[in-house]
Amino acid sequence: MTLLIAARQLSKTFVLHQQDGLELPVLADVSLEVHAGECVALTGPSGAGKSTLLKALYANYLVQHGTLNILRHGRWIDMARAAPHEIVAVRRDTLGYVSQFLRVIPRVSALDIVAEPLIEQGEERETARERAGALLERLNIAERLWNLPPATFSGGEQQRVNIARGLVAPRPVLLLDEPTASLDAANRAVVVELMREAKARGAALVGIFHDEATRDAIADRLFTVPLARRHTKEIAT
Amino acid sequence: MKPILQVKQLAKRYGDRYGCRDVNFELYEGEVLCIVGESGSGKSTLLATLAGRLAADEGEVTFRDANGDWHELSTLAEAERRRLARTEWGFVTQHARDGLRMGVSAGANVSERLMALGHRHYGQLRATAAEWLEKVEIGAERLDDPPSRFSGGMQQRLQIARNLVTRPRLVFMDEPTGGLDVSVQARFLDLLRRLVHESGVAVIMVTHDLGVARLLAHRTLVMQQGRVVEAGLTDQILDDPQHPYTQLLVSSIVQA
Repeated sequence: MTLLIAARQLSKTFVLHQQDGLELPVLADVSLEVHAGECVALTGPSGAGKSTLLKALYANYLVQHGTLNILRHGRWIDMARAAPHEIVAVRRDTLGYVSQFLRVIPRVSALDIVAEPLIEQGEERETARERAGALLERLNIAERLWNLPPATFSGGEQQRVNIARGLVAPRPVLLLDEPTASLDAANRAVVVELMREAKARGAALVGIFHDEATRDAIADRLFTVPLARRHTKEIAT
Repeated sequence: MKPILQVKQLAKRYGDRYGCRDVNFELYEGEVLCIVGESGSGKSTLLATLAGRLAADEGEVTFRDANGDWHELSTLAEAERRRLARTEWGFVTQHARDGLRMGVSAGANVSERLMALGHRHYGQLRATAAEWLEKVEIGAERLDDPPSRFSGGMQQRLQIARNLVTRPRLVFMDEPTGGLDVSVQARFLDLLRRLVHESGVAVIMVTHDLGVARLLAHRTLVMQQGRVVEAGLTDQILDDPQHPYTQLLVSSIVQA
């Protein structure tokens, strides 16, 4: 199968300038390849850098070393070096980030929040809203809520709105940050089904799944994020 | 995608002090760029210099117009600069009284730029103005009221209509939410976000509010003491700030 993610020798150290320049190495020499139709689950103890790796793949975090190639329209784009407008374009049509953390936009309805990624890909507004509605329905968001801004929704409803937003547009590479955490069994099954559909259409998935049942149901292999050596700089006292 | 603005080694001096210096970036079609930093960091000076409202002392700003021709601002004749400002750019100010004509009607405020472009048909001008007042949620029934009778939020929305009516390719905004109450701000930002999205206009906005940058901007420049200390994708700058000053700014946000 086609290689879609090729991350080589990534290193990432946080430098906390407000703590006298304290250095926290999180990723050291991490390489990861993911093919079309494959799901890789990141594992490792808490603090090992699973979430940092996922955010680095999305270019949300900067890496100091390494290359971070994502295949877009048959061309490799190194997300560690791409210009901002290129990264925006990759995220629009190729690379999705699915998390449960909804950043509410004042006054925008749940339906429009979910439809937005499709409209950005050039879909007609009405078609996009129809598809958004169908997905919200699958995720058991009652139709009476669709036209309301999710600021007043329950935590669980907000999570599912954000999952719908992350999965509505069929992007070929998906990064999943605990997409099923704290969902009830019925909704967890729906999300697993959605991820399987993405795999079946040839998407490459990289995810953090704390829930073992979900991991077993979706992941083809595990990737243990290697621990970076914590040789933190001496702090003068 | 092609850049519409190229900025190289730009500097503006006040006497022997620099307002801003060593500024370099490119802006692409439809991109929204926020310039953040504390008061006195040079944000507004940079914006005014980019828009040609202040003359640059060093470096250059080049703009690509709708025909694909490049114009270097410092060598541009004043008449030509005014033509660009009217047809290709917009400028939204923090204080509505600096960006609106307070004594004439809202409709006339919206029509002014269209008339400057040669539109003369009264009925059509009025219809277009009414349409834009609806778009910015003021309501066509306020067409004949002067902006002095509008609330602060309405005045800012009127500025947006007045600027976007001629479909400019680049709009400069100087703290457009600065004087608004938080509740009024949300409506303004949502409207702005939608209109920017629909029209594909590029925006350079000065703000001291990182939340505004998060909501609207693809990219952010962080300024301190007249220099750009960090530049990049907005979410990267806010979630993984690199420069000590940016780390301080981000960690100083009060969580609601």
